[in-house]
Amino acid sequence: MLDGDKNIARQRWMGILARASAVEIAKLLSGLGDLPDYHIIKRPETGTLMVEGRAGGAGQRFNVGEATMTRCVIRLTDGRMGFSYALGRDRVKAEHSAVIDALLQSENSTSEMLQSGIDALERSQAEARDLASRKAAATKVNFFTLVRGDG
Amino acid sequence: MSALEQSSLAMGLADPVFGSQHVFRTLLNAFAAPSTPMQISDTLSGVPDSIPSAAAAVLLTMADYETPVWLSQPFDGIRPWLAFHTSAPMPMHPADARFAVVSADFNELRLDAFSLGDERYPDTSATIIIICPTLENGHPVTLKGPGIKDATVFAPQGIERAMWKQIADNNALFPLGVDLIFVAGSSLAALPRSTRIIGDF
Amino acid sequence: MYVAVKGGEAAILATHDLVAEDRRGDVSIPEISVEQIREQMQLSVARVMNEGSLYDEDLGALALKQTQGDMIEAAFLMRAYRTTLPRFGSSVPVDTATMAIRRRISATYKDLPGGQVLGPTYDYTHRLFDFALMANGEKAPPAMAADYALDAAMPRVPDILGDEGLMEVEAPPEHDPRPFDLTRDPVEFPAGRDVRLQTLSRGDEGFLLGLAYSVQRGFGGNHPFAGEIRMGEVTVSFVPEELGFAIELGDITLTECQMVNQFTGSIEQPPQFTRGYGVAFGHAERKAMSMAIIDRSLKAREFGEATEYPAQQEEFVLYHCDNVEASGFVEHLKLPHYVDFQGELELLRKIRREQEERLAERKEAAE
Repeated sequence: MLDGDKNIARQRWMGILARASAVEIAKLLSGLGDLPDYHIIKRPETGTLMVEGRAGGAGQRFNVGEATMTRCVIRLTDGRMGFSYALGRDRVKAEHSAVIDALLQSENSTSEMLQSGIDALERSQAEARDLASRKAAATKVNFFTLVRGDG
Repeated sequence: MSALEQSSLAMGLADPVFGSQHVFRTLLNAFAAPSTPMQISDTLSGVPDSIPSAAAAVLLTMADYETPVWLSQPFDGIRPWLAFHTSAPMPMHPADARFAVVSADFNELRLDAFSLGDERYPDTSATIIIICPTLENGHPVTLKGPGIKDATVFAPQGIERAMWKQIADNNALFPLGVDLIFVAGSSLAALPRSTRIIGDF
Repeated sequence: MYVAVKGGEAAILATHDLVAEDRRGDVSIPEISVEQIREQMQLSVARVMNEGSLYDEDLGALALKQTQGDMIEAAFLMRAYRTTLPRFGSSVPVDTATMAIRRRISATYKDLPGGQVLGPTYDYTHRLFDFALMANGEKAPPAMAADYALDAAMPRVPDILGDEGLMEVEAPPEHDPRPFDLTRDPVEFPAGRDVRLQTLSRGDEGFLLGLAYSVQRGFGGNHPFAGEIRMGEVTVSFVPEELGFAIELGDITLTECQMVNQFTGSIEQPPQFTRGYGVAFGHAERKAMSMAIIDRSLKAREFGEATEYPAQQEEFVLYHCDNVEASGFVEHLKLPHYVDFQGELELLRKIRREQEERLAERKEAAE
């Protein structure tokens, strides 16, 4: 794979992991049996991210306000590094997500297994989005014009 | 960043929270007692060889993504390390920096090329970390001012007369002007803009 | 003048216990959990996140629990907490055009691409008490879902008129500069649009609502239309320095309001519709609408309009809309001012004495 393609694949799973709950991520890892050995490079740390918006939606940038986020960087014993960044303050989720990110970067049975778990998470996230959208769609107005007089 | 480069990045401060608090406290003490050498006791690991540990500790504590750091030539190699640990931007021009790292033998150093602050916000001036071989045995100058009882002598190695002249000129700008941190190995000494330089230069 | 006064420690410690007891209320009633507040008091949580300027639903709920529902005290907790955290960076500007919409209405177009989506709203309720909620017997029925989801992308309403050139253009300035951050740098006047919008987005809902109302009643020269209000989830992306590419950190709920105003034109600008923009964390329509009206009224200077009303004066609006700052200054009056007051008292007695002496002298002279 080219570096660009690798990044795209990685962007996808990092986004899915960021949206997943701590419970879902712990479950994904526990499917592997024993956790691999790893060193922590940056401890799970909670900080803030300044959320930017644009005036009018597409104009001048401005700061809307901050959001909490947590990040973590680990290194597997084979040298591969795993990163995680997600909104919120869950440090366990951050560490687990970084481990999964590192494991997913190689091509072996472990990454295949994790990959299918990622696919399942993506499906359930898409389903939740779809359901919310269909519930909103049920409140969509269907205008009809009343005919007055003899027409 | 390739996997190879990534794997060379190791830990920063041994304890990010208490470590940076220790360094911050040390810096406060250093600025309160100009020219008095202070020790950074945090055990850092994975610091690039080209930069002394006290300078690395100051950068890890003070720099973040909103704190531009300007690096003079011999310190180019620390860029990936600094970016990884602090996300600090590293601008081209000294004037855009809030912190700078220079070597004592950097001849082109012009203190007034850095931000000197302005009358309303003198705090926006730059802080320059000057790397010296040791903090003694150099050209001696006498210092007076806040935090110094009567007078004291300071002689960091590698700071020559012309540089002391610049530092004295910087002091004349007070309340504007840059602040200096002299670093050698794991020790550092501060020279705030408020310290007067008396001597032969 | 403030003086250190010793001797209140024991009393202060006792107030901590007393407020904790007060907060708990009647112990025979089950204690409310943070999760319950987060899930069942979402609109309060949104307000605390907005005025605390920190998006974190759990913390917003905790703040409300800890402060017995005192919104401003809760916002204060959020502000205090965020100062203890490192800042990792700024997000990629959120793109509200790609919002996963749960509500989207326009008062200017009936038939707009994507449709009018009423979403969860109290607008069409009768404002009659639902005593079933009090009786605790009601279980919310699952909401109906349509067969099809909404359109994946819905155009922002002002962009529709923009094609005709009748709408003020909102485009990034040259080089798309990084915005001003009032949590880092002091605000100066005249303030840029970025400064104004950041200040308004953390401003007090009640203050902004009152000001927006004043604009509508004639204390401000604008007649606003709600071009669009949308609410839903937007993706927050971030480019970590060490990775060098953007990653998604999750979704946040936002409410966005685009106000559209008449403008008769000036020497430089042709007659057109002008715009006001509001955005808020969570579902916070009143806040977003008020903000949009004030954003437009603060553009008076740019449009060469007179700035004769409070809502048009940026220094007045920006310096007074922050409820944490405002309550800090108003409530500091509770602190001991004993020496201050004694000084005033002494002065007053002295003036009185002198006046009485003068009167007595005059009386003597007259006799």
